[in-house]
Amino acid sequence: MPTQKTVAATGNTVVAEAMRQCAPDVVAAYPITPQTTIVEEFAAFVAKGRVHTEYVTVESEHSAMSACVGASAAGARVMTATSSQGLALMWEELHIAAGMRLPIVMANANRALSAPINIHCDHSDIMGARDTGWVMLFAETAQEAYDNTIMAVRVAENDDVLLPVMSTLDGFITTHSIDRVELMDDESVSAFVGEYVPKYPLLDLENPVTHGSFAGLDGPFFEFKKAQREAIERSRKVINDVGAEFSKLSGRPFGMIETWGMEDAEVAIIVLGSTAGNVRHVARGLRDAGMKAGVVKVRCFRPFPFAEIAEALLGVKAVAVMDRAESFGAEGGPLFLEVRSALYDSSERMPVIDYIYGLGGSDVKLELIESVYKDLTDIASGVEAPAGLVYLGTR
Amino acid sequence: MANLKELTHREDRLEGGHRLCAGCGASIAVRQVLLGAGLEPVVVGCATGCLEVSTTIYPYSAWKTPFIHNAFENAAATVSGVEAAFKGLKAAGKIPADKRVKFVAFGGDGGTYDIGLQSLSGAMERGHDMVYVCYDNGAYMNTGIQRSSATPKGAWATTAQVGAAQQGKQQRRKDLTAIMAAHNIPYVAQASISHWKDLTNKAEKAFAVQGPAFINVFAPCPRGWRIPYNKTVEIAKSAVQTGFWPLFEVEDGVWRQTVRVVNRKPIEEFLKPQGRFKHLFAPGNEALLAEMQSDVDHQWDALQSRFNCS
Ligand SMILES: Cc1ncc(C[n+]2csc(CCOP(=O)(O)OP(=O)(O)O)c2C)c(N)n1
Ligand code: SF4
Ligand SMILES: [Mg+2]
Repeated sequence: MPTQKTVAATGNTVVAEAMRQCAPDVVAAYPITPQTTIVEEFAAFVAKGRVHTEYVTVESEHSAMSACVGASAAGARVMTATSSQGLALMWEELHIAAGMRLPIVMANANRALSAPINIHCDHSDIMGARDTGWVMLFAETAQEAYDNTIMAVRVAENDDVLLPVMSTLDGFITTHSIDRVELMDDESVSAFVGEYVPKYPLLDLENPVTHGSFAGLDGPFFEFKKAQREAIERSRKVINDVGAEFSKLSGRPFGMIETWGMEDAEVAIIVLGSTAGNVRHVARGLRDAGMKAGVVKVRCFRPFPFAEIAEALLGVKAVAVMDRAESFGAEGGPLFLEVRSALYDSSERMPVIDYIYGLGGSDVKLELIESVYKDLTDIASGVEAPAGLVYLGTR
Repeated sequence: MANLKELTHREDRLEGGHRLCAGCGASIAVRQVLLGAGLEPVVVGCATGCLEVSTTIYPYSAWKTPFIHNAFENAAATVSGVEAAFKGLKAAGKIPADKRVKFVAFGGDGGTYDIGLQSLSGAMERGHDMVYVCYDNGAYMNTGIQRSSATPKGAWATTAQVGAAQQGKQQRRKDLTAIMAAHNIPYVAQASISHWKDLTNKAEKAFAVQGPAFINVFAPCPRGWRIPYNKTVEIAKSAVQTGFWPLFEVEDGVWRQTVRVVNRKPIEEFLKPQGRFKHLFAPGNEALLAEMQSDVDHQWDALQSRFNCS
């Protein structure tokens, strides 16, 4: 069993620590608030000689992911981190990293996208990347950010997957708050992630390969995409297996979704990231007052755990989805669209209401969450559900 | 420097059978540059453009050496990542410490002067041990001959058309080679496919230096320049002889002319055979032609003074 050390540290500090422990051969990164301290702390590890990593201080995020693609294709274990505008600038490269089947691991400090410019938490950046072919993990706490980052390496590099993985944590709320975190010892992490053995490295000079070919009309472009879909479907099992193995080592549970109070819940909130803690806190209080409140936290957004969600919602009378990102003009935010779709094949279809909340870091007061549960109770007892989505707590 | 006999014994790393047009200057540039790498292994990166699409049509590849294409604007960043991986894997003990590999990135003028300039500048500033080669054919050929910042003033391009209001491209070219020299990297050169020995010598020097090197290679495009496919080398030569494309190198900051031009020819000799300049010879455009000559003269004089100072 690993030795675990309890520390008080920010999410960014422990992500940097996880990166160091995973010993990437290359990190290419560019600073942006609120990710910056990850790359600064990693740079300190490099300066102190605590990692063997070649640290490429690129001139932009586009080049960061471009260099990561080159390094990963070359056969290196590659990690990076970004946020917001940086992730948006990488967009072209996110597709390429996934399309070239490169197991790059990237932390993202979830932050709003301009305009207006805003440095605070929401999920607009990360949701803009949801269709790029990356596996996407969400952390509620610094602990989960640490754990997810380590597990991400194993998932990405698994032969059945070979896809890039994002380990996301909420900007400032998780990246900058000091939290209680258990860190594993270096040897245990190193043994857990193992050595990366690339399949067709560019640096295998005796067996030259061409990466990034042209596959036009007659080329198997369509088939490559199907293979990518099959890989991300296979990643479900890998994520669960890696999670189970990690849980055994760490003593901390992992699931693509994590539920609280769902055994007999009549009303439930589905949520991603740091707000899950607040929702659980409110639900606990309401339970004490007699409401059968439940919480579904989604820890893996891609691949989306639809079966798990549909099952968790069996018996629930009304559901709220809390979306920290917009999909302007769609029926609701990105999480809502997934959840509603997950329920289509379910034997039970209850009302699902979408609450857009916390954009640009706007405060998510406990009373607001409480009001959502109250709405749900009303709807469960026959009050008509609001038509369309609800902006929660706008002035 | 390798002599001709030695060069003939070196393997071509870009195989025939690719789909570049007959007479394409790009493939000559690649061949001569890779000959300059000697016998050491070379990893090639390439920006999106004619060279890339024509040599890597899946499941075929004309590259007999490791090759990576990523996107249009990031050949330099991509190869810098490959080179970083080489160092990182050495540090991890997965590649022997004494192993030597050369890294080269090719980009067209669009992928280099324009959209890829930031990525190139960053990679050169960071000092990666890599060579960046721009094959300059003076337009975005792959997408149908649109103007770039390397397109000569007055040239026709599909986004710099000729009509009553305008005679081709309105702006002067960007002097990329000088911009790269301003990065104070160990080696910068300007070369042409017409002077194959000079080009290969420059590539040899570029590969030999520790750290970044840049070569700007003049590589005519018969299709875009509206010239017969068997005139590629001839026209490249006349670019040198008219002073339009001087051949020089900047070694550790010292500028040196590598091919002397004794009787510099008038610019018309370079322009006349090319369909993209046809309109310049129509009545009424004499002033434009004169301006092109004076631009070349000016560039020539400025360069001579750089050689003299160095
Ligand atoms: C970001 C981006 N913008 C535009 C394109 C379309 N595009 C592909 S190649 C190309 C032009 C290439 O020109 P150049 O670099 O000069 O190479 P050439 O084709 O002339 O050899 C363009 C505009 C692209 N692939 N990616
Ligand atoms: S269009 Fe020009 S650059 Fe492209 S392959 Fe043909 S000759 Fe070469
Ligand atoms: Mg071009």
